[in-house]
Amino acid sequence: MEIGGIIAYLVSFAIMAGIYAVFCLGLNIQWGYTGLFNIGIAGFFCVGAYTSAMITTPKPTGIYAHYVHQILGLNLPFVFGLVGAAIVCGIIAFLIGIPTLRLGEDYLAIATLGIAETFRLIFNNEYWLANGPRGLIGLPQPLQGLVDPKSYNYVYLIIVVIVMVVVYLLIERAIRSPWGRVLRAVREDEISASMSGKDIFNFKMQALVFGSMVMGVGGALYAHYTIAISPEAFTPLYGTFIIWVMLMAGGSGNNKGAILGAYAIWAVWIGTKFMTDFLPYTLKARAPFIRFLLIGILLELILIYRPQGLLGEEKKVSKLIE
Amino acid sequence: MAELIVYGIVLGGIIALGAIGLSLVYGIIGFANFAHGEFMTAGAYLALFMVTGVFSWIGIPDNTFGILSFGWRMVFAFPFSMAGVAFLAIFFDRVLYRKLRAKNSGPVMFAMSSLGTSFIIRMIIIIVWGSDYLFYRPGLMRPALEVPLGIKIRPDQIVILFIVFLLVGLLHVFLQDTKMGKAMRATADNMELALISGINTERIIIWTWGIGGALAAAGGILYGIDVQLHARMGWHFLIPLFAATILGSIGNIYGALVGGFAIGIAQQVSTAFLLPTYKLAVAFVIMILILLIRPQGIFGKG
Repeated sequence: MEIGGIIAYLVSFAIMAGIYAVFCLGLNIQWGYTGLFNIGIAGFFCVGAYTSAMITTPKPTGIYAHYVHQILGLNLPFVFGLVGAAIVCGIIAFLIGIPTLRLGEDYLAIATLGIAETFRLIFNNEYWLANGPRGLIGLPQPLQGLVDPKSYNYVYLIIVVIVMVVVYLLIERAIRSPWGRVLRAVREDEISASMSGKDIFNFKMQALVFGSMVMGVGGALYAHYTIAISPEAFTPLYGTFIIWVMLMAGGSGNNKGAILGAYAIWAVWIGTKFMTDFLPYTLKARAPFIRFLLIGILLELILIYRPQGLLGEEKKVSKLIE
Repeated sequence: MAELIVYGIVLGGIIALGAIGLSLVYGIIGFANFAHGEFMTAGAYLALFMVTGVFSWIGIPDNTFGILSFGWRMVFAFPFSMAGVAFLAIFFDRVLYRKLRAKNSGPVMFAMSSLGTSFIIRMIIIIVWGSDYLFYRPGLMRPALEVPLGIKIRPDQIVILFIVFLLVGLLHVFLQDTKMGKAMRATADNMELALISGINTERIIIWTWGIGGALAAAGGILYGIDVQLHARMGWHFLIPLFAATILGSIGNIYGALVGGFAIGIAQQVSTAFLLPTYKLAVAFVIMILILLIRPQGIFGKG
């Protein structure tokens, strides 16, 4: 492979890992700071991607309308897609939070798992909504006319990094505020936090909604990178499980760890792809599953031997405490 | 409609076998075991391995019992697979959950670890058997019997219900009349009190995993006999299992039995109005309704 090919490969690697980093940051608000166990990230991933797709594409007309069904097509710029994805995911998180956040921590997990599977079923079976299993294709990419299509990925990498940094700064700002300290108090000890007059349900709900909005943005970034989306892209493996491994590896409760984990685990994931290239021919077709098996074992090892992850949590988050 | 209810009872019995184990684990060991669906898959595939592999190699005849779709091979494979998955569940407890207990990890860490376990089991099954739909006896015609009310039921399904009630009956006797069973109920009721009374909780945990795993395996095999085998079958059972467990109150095995039948019937009856693929969503919606109206379940204290 000549040098240009390697750089192009690295750019696409950095884009995908950057998108996953946005998801990790969203999950970090929920799990890392508040202790909310959301295992339906794939659901928010899916809804974020579809929402942005429907906001930014025009509604099919003429002959295309026979082949492509979508309930909405607003043909608005990319930024509206990002914001719309965040808003819709926030609303869904709010609705999921109502029945579950007053109960034990496992209930949220079961409910989010259910909602992720349900969304996938709906997008797969309801053709009128977003074209069923065939999904939506030809999503617009922002600033497309700016450069030669061959080097467009550089532009998208800059967009992804900007979004990632903005999300990072936003969360850092929020976490270092009194609000963020309440989240950690809720995570550590609900009873003493509520004895200090904090409304546990409200704070959990805010963290759930905030984190899910970030995940919605991640879904939108993914959709406009791949240009084509279908329900099968949002499986529990690629949509939920790997993001959990990333956050646990990087260090939950640490935003730098969330980003580091995303890049590190994505590198491991890509690395194992090269490894499985050496497998005998008969096993090649099952290579992705062998790779996921390794990622699953990695998660178990992290949970037992290094639950704090690579970076671990910062104990002091207030600049007023030295 | 009567026919759908009968099919729902069959499906409900299978769900109940999984849900009882899930409820026991939840009540006694204290976390949501997201790998419980995969125990069902593991049981079904272990039986497949015995029926099509080991037993044909040993030379056990591949006959069927009259109008049923299985024969001696399945009769031997069934208890073997239940024992196999019981050991698998205990194995995961020894290598993973016991270590987390030793570190005093929070319940969510256990749940996350079980999520990892679920992916590990599923990936191994896909690597070994692939992700196609499989049958214990491919290409076999399975005629249905006509019974009153115009209901068509396959002889297999009657046997499935019989086995479900037999296993639940055995479990009932075990929990009511044996020392270990009583100790398990005591631990589910109040862990601290059980510890003070000198009950060895590590032994109880092993028994709980064993029973939970064995019942899940039975459920998986019965589903394989009734419908088909698929590497993701257990994952798709997970939401119905949790719905049944929560509906019947966590830790209550009779509740899980009732919950299983309720969810199974609701899922099958829904196919009269909805696409069959939405069965999972039906279980999910019921679960959300329970959480909103009565989160402690029908048998729970207020």
